[in-house]
Amino acid sequence: MSEPILQVRDLVKHFPVQQGIVFKKTIGHVRAVDGVSFDLNRGETLGIVGESGCGKSTLAQVLMRLEQPTSGSALFEGVDMFGKKSASQLRQLRRDMQIVLQDPYTSLNPRKTVGDIVGEPFEIHPEVAPKGDRQRRVQELLDIVGLNPEHVRRYPHQFSGGQRQRIGIARALALKPKVIVCDEPVSALDVSIQAQVMNLLGDLQSEFGLSYIFIAHDLGVVRHLSDRVGVMYLGKMVENGTEDQIYEHPQHPYTQALLSSVPVPDPSVRDRREAIRLTGDVPSPANPPSGCRFRTRCWKAQDICAEQEPELAVRRDGGRIDLELAEGHPSACHFAERHDHVVS
Amino acid sequence: MSATDDSTGGSPESRLLEVEDLHVEFRTREATANVLNGVGYHVDAGETLAVLGESGSGKSVTAQTVMGILDTPPGFVTKGAIRYRGEELLSATEDRRRGLRGENMAMIFQDALSALNPVYTVGFQIAEQFRFRRGMSRKDAMAKAGEMLDMVKIPNAKQRVKEFPHQFSGGMRQRAMIAMSLALDPDLLIADEPTTALDVTVQAQIMDLLDELRRERGMGLILITHDLGVVAEVADRIAVMYAGRVVEESDAESLYKRPAHPYTEGLMESIPRLDQKGEHLASIKGLPPNLANIPEGCPFHPRCHRATDECRRKVPELLELRPGRYSACHFAEELISSE
Repeated sequence: MSEPILQVRDLVKHFPVQQGIVFKKTIGHVRAVDGVSFDLNRGETLGIVGESGCGKSTLAQVLMRLEQPTSGSALFEGVDMFGKKSASQLRQLRRDMQIVLQDPYTSLNPRKTVGDIVGEPFEIHPEVAPKGDRQRRVQELLDIVGLNPEHVRRYPHQFSGGQRQRIGIARALALKPKVIVCDEPVSALDVSIQAQVMNLLGDLQSEFGLSYIFIAHDLGVVRHLSDRVGVMYLGKMVENGTEDQIYEHPQHPYTQALLSSVPVPDPSVRDRREAIRLTGDVPSPANPPSGCRFRTRCWKAQDICAEQEPELAVRRDGGRIDLELAEGHPSACHFAERHDHVVS
Repeated sequence: MSATDDSTGGSPESRLLEVEDLHVEFRTREATANVLNGVGYHVDAGETLAVLGESGSGKSVTAQTVMGILDTPPGFVTKGAIRYRGEELLSATEDRRRGLRGENMAMIFQDALSALNPVYTVGFQIAEQFRFRRGMSRKDAMAKAGEMLDMVKIPNAKQRVKEFPHQFSGGMRQRAMIAMSLALDPDLLIADEPTTALDVTVQAQIMDLLDELRRERGMGLILITHDLGVVAEVADRIAVMYAGRVVEESDAESLYKRPAHPYTEGLMESIPRLDQKGEHLASIKGLPPNLANIPEGCPFHPRCHRATDECRRKVPELLELRPGRYSACHFAEELISSE
């Protein structure tokens, strides 16, 4: 396998919680992302799933350098992303990594035409498309994402939700990036439109050899597009592996519960599926539980779970760490146990 | 011909709600949008009817018209009938309809945070109904509210009644809203996308709760949703809506086994499945129609791969193909008997 295009190690992002109007005092931290590591290989899609508040969107923001990380590192093609950089180095980095945002209604400037929106990256990176060539490039991009190239002079409100998401994708493609971070790109769309946009993302990947970090809360959507999947809970990666390992042989109790909660569109399996129901809600990331963060909702929790934080490592059934295990994948649970047939 | 014929089974006494040929239009200065174009469905006591459709299909507007909370203007009912236990509602007085709301039929909404009043405690908002409808004292009503919160499995209900909506988590707010809607013991509950704003693990809890309450109380439940997975888990019958019409109605199992309308078929094929990794999703081409300018003939024909000249000219009627199975497609018979 080729060298990973992106290597993320122990990434941490804490947001201070402040009190006071004039003299601000930091009274705590929201630990949005708390030590996340993963590799993204060239041309593959890494899916990140988790519930609201698990830190998946903060992860996207940090990877795009829209937020500075508290600590940790990330290497993009071997180059440190977060170190001190000259303006031109940063510009090059931004060219190679682009983002598609969730809400196609607020992520496009309503006062600009589609041509301006998709063409704006060329203003900052004129080397990609010389001035005279821009109009043609923009129309080409619209054509690639399945929009009518004649519509360059239209405004975002003249398009439907699915079409707007295509505009967002065209903008992300403009600079021929190597990695695209997709932050819930289809969750605001109706099912029939969602399928169209997912197919488009799949086609673009094979056409341009893109690598995706695909963030979503919908486990079906993530499985469909991802080669590998990471499951997050309260700022931590609790399990990661290939799409098959996560969906067919999940080891972490949270992954199992998450998969079991997703309704399957088939009434004939209605009472035959195993129902793992979690109680309560996700705790606040400002004050996460000690030890394993999932222990407050976990049916396997014992004393050790409160005392010792389980690390993300390849484990045998029963939770013992065994880094040599051939077909294993890492999970962070003291009592990890392979559990097949959760989804069907 | 409509899906509300008695031939679908269910005695007249158990028939809770009947919607027949309902037409609603939204009038704005620029245009008139035909939001509902002859919707018909029915719910019996103790059953769950799922109304399935994408945004703009008219599923929520139908529910609002049933509850009598449609904003007029812009919405106007131009034709049709709504019967609750045989009583015609559209011609009923506003007093009578207010009497029915809460007491006989209730509704819960997608966004519980904006449906609850932020400046009153949750308990106060539930207790209001007992005070004004049942003439209870403040104290008794508050105690009753505590019982209701306990019924929807909110831990520490006695303390929680004194808290404000913002102190509740998303799942608990939805539970509080369910408690509020069931306070006066209605026999029809309309749930409009009750779990769309919630995480999957919490969604599963809420759907279990709704199903349990329906069974205990023998309520009729109308579940409005766009999520084919949720529908498959709880629905007895399903009505699929498109452009302000019911295009297919069926029991849940047969519908998933063999959809009898190309739109339903397209929907099923476009969901990414959890239990298999697909390559290319079959998607429905194009966009839902603009309701101010619905295409002639079958409203689905511009997006349908089977469309012929007949579809472009003639609106297909909702016909019964098999007992309890209805479809509004010229090719319904072909679809249902194909293997």
